Amino acid sequence: MNNLENRKIFVITLFAVVALIFLGRLFVIQVLDDSYSSSADNQALRFVTQYPSRGIVYDRHGKILVQNQAAFDLMVVPRQIAGIDTDAFCLLLDIDTVEFNRRLDKAKEYSNYRASVFQKQLTADEYAKIAERLYRFSGFYGQKRSLRIYPDSVAAHVLGYIGEVSGKDMEEDSVYKSGDFIGISGLERQYEKVLRGDRGREVLMVDVHNTVQGRYKEGELDIPAHAGTNLITGLDLDLQHYGERLMQNKKGSIVAIEPGTGEVLCLISSPTYDPNLLVGVKRASNYQLLVENDSLDPLFNRALMAKYPPGSIFKIVQALVALDEGVINESTAIACNKALVGCHNHPSAQNLREAIQMSCNPYFHQVFKRMVNRGTSSNYFEDSSIGLDAWEKRVKKFGLGNRLGLDLPSLKSGSIPDVALYDGIYGARRWAFSTIYSVSIGQGEVEVIPIQMANLAAIIANRGYYVDPHIVKELDGQRDSSLHYATHSTEIDASFFELIIDAMQRVVDLPGGTARRARIDSLAVCGKTGTAENPHGEDHSVFIAFAPRDNPQIAIAVYVENAGFGGTWAAPIASLMIERYIRGSIGDSLKEARVMEANLLNVIKDED
Amino acid sequence: MRTRRSIFEDIDWVMVVTYAALVLFGWISIYAATYDETHPSIFDLAKNHGKQALWIGLASIIAITILFFDHRFFETFAYLIYAGAILLLLGVLLFGMEIKGAQSWFVIGSISFQPSEIAKFGTALALAKYLSSDGKRFDQFKTKLYALGIIFFPAALIMLQPDVGSTLVFAALLIVLYRQGLSGWIFGLGFIAASLFIIALFLKQYQWTFFEQVVQGKMAFIVGLTLLAGFILYFLRKRKGSRLAVGGGYVVSLGYFLSVDWLFDKLLQPHHQNRINELLGIVSDPLGAGYNVHQSKIAIGSGGFSGKGFLQGTQTKFHFVPEQSTDFIFCTVGEEWGFIGSFIVISLFLFLLGRIIWNAENQRSSFTRIYGYSVASILFIHFAINIGMAIGLAPVIGIPLPFFSYGGSSLWSFTLLLFTYIKLDSERKYVLR
Repeated sequence: MNNLENRKIFVITLFAVVALIFLGRLFVIQVLDDSYSSSADNQALRFVTQYPSRGIVYDRHGKILVQNQAAFDLMVVPRQIAGIDTDAFCLLLDIDTVEFNRRLDKAKEYSNYRASVFQKQLTADEYAKIAERLYRFSGFYGQKRSLRIYPDSVAAHVLGYIGEVSGKDMEEDSVYKSGDFIGISGLERQYEKVLRGDRGREVLMVDVHNTVQGRYKEGELDIPAHAGTNLITGLDLDLQHYGERLMQNKKGSIVAIEPGTGEVLCLISSPTYDPNLLVGVKRASNYQLLVENDSLDPLFNRALMAKYPPGSIFKIVQALVALDEGVINESTAIACNKALVGCHNHPSAQNLREAIQMSCNPYFHQVFKRMVNRGTSSNYFEDSSIGLDAWEKRVKKFGLGNRLGLDLPSLKSGSIPDVALYDGIYGARRWAFSTIYSVSIGQGEVEVIPIQMANLAAIIANRGYYVDPHIVKELDGQRDSSLHYATHSTEIDASFFELIIDAMQRVVDLPGGTARRARIDSLAVCGKTGTAENPHGEDHSVFIAFAPRDNPQIAIAVYVENAGFGGTWAAPIASLMIERYIRGSIGDSLKEARVMEANLLNVIKDED
Repeated sequence: MRTRRSIFEDIDWVMVVTYAALVLFGWISIYAATYDETHPSIFDLAKNHGKQALWIGLASIIAITILFFDHRFFETFAYLIYAGAILLLLGVLLFGMEIKGAQSWFVIGSISFQPSEIAKFGTALALAKYLSSDGKRFDQFKTKLYALGIIFFPAALIMLQPDVGSTLVFAALLIVLYRQGLSGWIFGLGFIAASLFIIALFLKQYQWTFFEQVVQGKMAFIVGLTLLAGFILYFLRKRKGSRLAVGGGYVVSLGYFLSVDWLFDKLLQPHHQNRINELLGIVSDPLGAGYNVHQSKIAIGSGGFSGKGFLQGTQTKFHFVPEQSTDFIFCTVGEEWGFIGSFIVISLFLFLLGRIIWNAENQRSSFTRIYGYSVASILFIHFAINIGMAIGLAPVIGIPLPFFSYGGSSLWSFTLLLFTYIKLDSERKYVLR
């Protein structure tokens, strides 16, 4: 029997071996292998993204241009759907079973275990109806989002719109996940990084039925969302709104700038659209409608992108450069010789003031000739080339032919012709003043965009300099919140400006002026009309102005396509804008009514 | 013979404390597994943990009551208790309640119990009584046969319910017979049989192509086995009787191997087949047959080295693991207390088992020794299968983890089993050899 007693050793060893195998196995799955931890997190934790509210955009008086409204995405985790009443669910969402299956298949294709969007952007009301019954449908839950809302439906082109991120966006910045929103145009795009804020994360625990059971570790791992920064713009909501109404049924643009600061007071491109159309689920379909079914191209931002011949307003630039170059002075008299270039009937200008006041074409033909042909070279062609080069550099100081420092995307630079351009067209030394003379009166190869015209008005108002025009002047609630914009000088003697401004006031005030319709009682408005020749149809009507003459508060450019003579439509529109901005009300209601009611869209284009 | 002052005087407090530690750890784990914020009290009778508190209270009463019994009671009434258990097993087949496909419960009002629990106790007593009775020599074939019969009879009745888990528990009593002199070959044979079984199941799914001939896995094995037998015969050719032994072994192995498929398909129910295939990795179905084990491993594995902390387990608390307070209670330990907690629980069990065996060998009474071995064997197989299944080393067989799992019936029967031993052990100084 004695040796049987030793069998206890075997029995205890058996127990110990099993215990050791267990401990070894436990060591492997608990300590060495991490995959179980991640599996556990995947099924018991739900990481809910906390979307920050996007920054709000205010006008210069603190009025809201765009803000947010709550919306909900209905999310689905296909794996977690268990025994739900599909028919009841479809009824709740007002979809059919085919659609239900189509969406579910799409979600499964993405992932069985991860949430994807089942129905996008339900409004708060729509979601409230669904939410109270959602507990019956395991696998589905609501994800709060926010949508943009534009209380006054104005400034669509300035504010821009947001939309879902593209694959490229996600590649470039890993912050973005599928279904996120990103600014696509306008301020929304320009200030995307400021407006979007920082997203947060909430870690919730769910049970096997996918019911939320509380915050994981009392929220220790949660990251709060930080709302986006609000933008304070220099826009004047009232002026913007008023301008959009004035431009109804007209094609064109109004840009107004506060000369001293460069703040854009309004930026109107007409026709415009209701920015609320490009919000949420309807965005894609409405976008198609705006692009395809509207020949007037309402999405095209004329204020920043339309390149127009400036017409006679360019004569101001010509006069200033010529004065500073010393090729003319205030009493230079040039006969109105219609043989050089066409002109309307008026007495010959006895001095520069009269030439501007009457907008004499032959006068500026000669002024430009004096600048281009300076006799620096005996060769006529060479001489023109040297002259144009010097001229072009000075003109570009007016913010023309260059992209302005505006804080909006898709800004065009316009064009001031230079030597290279003409060499390219005609060949070197194969062109001379006689080839390019139409530039003298703002035709030909000169192309200016409306905001550059407004900036030109601001330069004159400032007597020689401009601050980069800008929409946003302050980031709300940030230290050192005011943004800095560069000041640029035209390098033209300030004294020459008083002369030009004199003439511009005559344009508006004197009986012989071309912009009598821009007069405002007891307010010194200085302006210059333009009538840009349009080879495709009726001439474009142009007017730039600023007011009051001393301490100017507003500089403005109005461009109305196919509206004919500059004094007819552009000038009165500008004066209404100025009066509205400075006085807050309009004295001459007949003038206002005439503009409001005018429909200048039906001028037929030559489809040549 | 000495006289003593108190019944508590000679109790092995080490076993009692280990028992208490396991019971308390179990209770805490049940609390963590079924905790919810609306019922935060550990004594809330609406929840499993509250009821377990009640069961533990009753278990202590049972434990103390046993200590007041005369130690001779158990030996004297061993056969009677065994007979009673057999009657209950027969009764449950006729009048029992079917729960989860097995007719193994008596339900009277709100009280339910499993006669198989009593049968374990009764069998342990009867086995001890029979093998310790005068004139029984284990080297006699008849004694072995009767002893096996004592084990087999209740096991067979339980198999009829059918309750595979409880039936398997009786197999552990072979350890007792081994201690009494049963040849160690029985374990060798068992090992070989189990290996062949597993190999046969694996080979079933394989086939290879040699020289454009498709060779089934089964065929390859038969060829291999034949070659092996040939080699052994060749090397042992000079030893007498080896031809018969090797030849016999070859025929039996082959026959057994060929019948594995049949045994597997006919004897086991489909869900058992699935669980075994899942365990062996022959099929992988984490959402179906493998769901329990998959979730259990995730829960335990995610505990890491030091665990997620008390009440911080997400997998068990939020019902990802099924049966988390009964069969899969070990998951809570693994998840909330990590490897450290697992180590403590396994060490406690190993310590208790070792202590029982150690004490058993110090008994003058062979009845007490054999009973002690029985207790250790029964506890061991529960421990091995329950934790083995939770970590994916044993097939899913629903048997509780002793002292840990929720349930009055199992807690009381393990308490009865262990404290009877503690009582018998406390008498060792007063027993004449």
